[in-house]
Amino acid sequence: MSPSSQMQPGPEPAVKKSLLVVEHLTMRFGGLIAINDISFVAADREITAIIGPNGAGKTTVFNCLTGFYEPTIGRLTLNHPQRGRFMLERMEGHLIPAQAGVARTFQNIRLFGAMSVLENLIVAQHNTLMRASGFSFAGLIGLPRYSRAEARAVERARYWLDRVNLTARADDPAASLPYGDQRRLEIARAMCIEPALLCLDEPAAGLNPRESADLNRLLLDIRNEHGIGLLLIEHDMTVVMGISDHIVVLDYGRLIADGTPEEIRSNPAVVRAYLGEEEDEDLPEEVAHDIDVKREDD
Amino acid sequence: MATASAPKPPAFDLAAALKEAGLTAFVMLALAAGIVAFHIVDVPGGLAIETRFGTAIAVAALGFFGRLGVILLRTARPLPVLVVALAAAAVWIAALLAESLFGPDWAARLQMTLPFDDVVVNWIVALTALGFALRALWMLRNAGASAEEIVDRDAAMDSVAARVARSSRYIGPVLLVAAVVFPLLIFMPETAWLPSVDRRLLDIGILVVTYIMLGWGLNIVVGLAGLLDLGYVAFYAVGAYSYALLATHFNLGFWICLPFAGMMAAMAGMLLGFPVLRLRGDYLAIVTLGFGEMIRVVLLNWYKFTNGPDGISGIPRPTFFGLPFSRTADDGGETFYSFFGLPYSPTDRVIFLYYVILALALLTNLFTLRIRKLPVGRAWEALREDEIACRSLGINPRNTKLTAFSIGAMFAGFAGSFFATRQGFISPESFTFIESAVILAIVVLGGFGSQIGIVLAAILLIGLPEFFRELQQYRMLAFGAAMVLIMLWRPRGLLAFREPTIRLHHGVSPPAQTVAAARPDEVA
Repeated sequence: MSPSSQMQPGPEPAVKKSLLVVEHLTMRFGGLIAINDISFVAADREITAIIGPNGAGKTTVFNCLTGFYEPTIGRLTLNHPQRGRFMLERMEGHLIPAQAGVARTFQNIRLFGAMSVLENLIVAQHNTLMRASGFSFAGLIGLPRYSRAEARAVERARYWLDRVNLTARADDPAASLPYGDQRRLEIARAMCIEPALLCLDEPAAGLNPRESADLNRLLLDIRNEHGIGLLLIEHDMTVVMGISDHIVVLDYGRLIADGTPEEIRSNPAVVRAYLGEEEDEDLPEEVAHDIDVKREDD
Repeated sequence: MATASAPKPPAFDLAAALKEAGLTAFVMLALAAGIVAFHIVDVPGGLAIETRFGTAIAVAALGFFGRLGVILLRTARPLPVLVVALAAAAVWIAALLAESLFGPDWAARLQMTLPFDDVVVNWIVALTALGFALRALWMLRNAGASAEEIVDRDAAMDSVAARVARSSRYIGPVLLVAAVVFPLLIFMPETAWLPSVDRRLLDIGILVVTYIMLGWGLNIVVGLAGLLDLGYVAFYAVGAYSYALLATHFNLGFWICLPFAGMMAAMAGMLLGFPVLRLRGDYLAIVTLGFGEMIRVVLLNWYKFTNGPDGISGIPRPTFFGLPFSRTADDGGETFYSFFGLPYSPTDRVIFLYYVILALALLTNLFTLRIRKLPVGRAWEALREDEIACRSLGINPRNTKLTAFSIGAMFAGFAGSFFATRQGFISPESFTFIESAVILAIVVLGGFGSQIGIVLAAILLIGLPEFFRELQQYRMLAFGAAMVLIMLWRPRGLLAFREPTIRLHHGVSPPAQTVAAARPDEVA
């Protein structure tokens, strides 16, 4: 795929296609159950947000998805629009981005600090360039095939630099960028692997309101123009409510709600998880009533 | 920065300064009491203990004044330091040069005043005093400099490193021409304007270039991939033994064995790579250290195969396209001299060896420069920066690490087989841990990843001590002092500066601050 073809806005699908299917995902660390029997579906060309209080197990879900943890129980299926179906829980960590097209960013930014901004984006296209360089042998003797592939890689990097407003700083070390720029660079780097699913771990953390609004626009653009699915962990509710198509709520490793932003906003279990049970009297009458009913159910 | 801070010198507490200097003097005295004050000498009929209390006290006094000088300089009071240090330097240097300046009478009288018998120690004291004086003088000229000057100095050195790295496209060829021309100077008549080169200097040159090559090879593992390898000499040994054994058992020539030796070393690199895939930092260093020792112990004890501590001798010398550099060929064939009709000269072989190692080293450098711009090289550097991020981008960390280990090892193997052919004899003695440490020191001092820095560090660490071999034990002292000073002043290495492997904006790059200022503000 060349960057120009990627830029074409895709037609809106009539039926929601499931991109990621999580079934009965459970992760235990010794006696600690970090996530317990979670199932949800993230649709293609949608932004799915995973929210929940601290320690709810959101990042653990991400780590299972991207191969950093091997889930104790559960199935993670990715339906790649072009390459078919992948069972993520059975794949080796580095093959998940390379083959299944799952890219991610990190809660604490993980850039290649001493390398330049442009190099960060070129490294992300490692596998494409590796094939083009004939596993370095063609590149070592300087075949034109490799320089053409590199020029294409730079072109794609340039496109993403323009998108995240970092073109002017392309040749500076990544570590020298301000915090907000580093966040956007990490997203650009993840997009350079041409993912089908982009997983963002708290992308708005530490951003000021203006940067946060820019980020919203960027994420919506990525969804609309590149036709990929986004999975988002976020605490900033203006980001979550502003851009998500679908929200999954976790609490103590359990899935407590799953629905559209409107549904989640009025979901009593979510309110309870966020505000705590002692706050019952502050809630509107009908919500408090719902919670009481639910408690009896439990 | 320095001018922005208050020019008023920090408060000076004489009592505290004297106390600290006294403490230093006490420690020096305690150390000197054991090391300097008692000296075992040979006397007819056995050994005797000679006491040198005066020298020990002199050591303590020097410690006292030195510490006081450092405190005074730190609190920005250079004037007394200048006066005292200049006086001390004057006395010492006058006494040391008295022989030629004032004649033997005065010399004897002046040298009586010096507390040390040893000329070299006296020179060290004199030069240290001179150093104090120069530092004080420099502080007087740049009044107001304070603690922040360290930051300024770092920045200044960084910009020097950046300038050197940027101008390496000019410095590189100049050094290359110098390296190519260097052995030819041996033919220059002694009266020529160029310095003449003798056989010994040429040998030092070969040694330095060998270490430059080893430094460049280790730089792939340590500088690019960030894998701290303390057992690099193991691959050097594998290369040397591969060549030596192949040559002596199968009668193969140097040029045929060279790729084999490289391959064997690369395989040894893979072998080491597998078990250490999950290790990083200190743990990796310990395992590689152990691996280096293992190889040496195996070489020492596998007597049937490696001839153990006796080593392998009679390793054939390299030939010039099959023409040996000897007076007469063993098999009655042609020699280099008979083929070209030249008179026999034993130095020609040394010159040839020099060019062989120079070519091998340049091959290593060329390879590194190229591979940095290829996906593998970039993946190595990315792995050094962040392994987890690498995995999240689809880079296979296992393959990336193994290629780094094996390619780094391959160049050590090439250097090893050169070492074997140059020496003609190898034994496990040549492949001790200290070799690994010296190669690593070259890479670290040169500045991780800096090719020119490694050249400078190799000349500094290998060339100078070899050159000053007459100074015997003091050269190791200088080696240690140089390491301490470099680590104090340039903890990231002499020329630690990284040039991006690819640029978006070509031409002269403006400094980062200008770019930041010129950056169009984000659209609000």
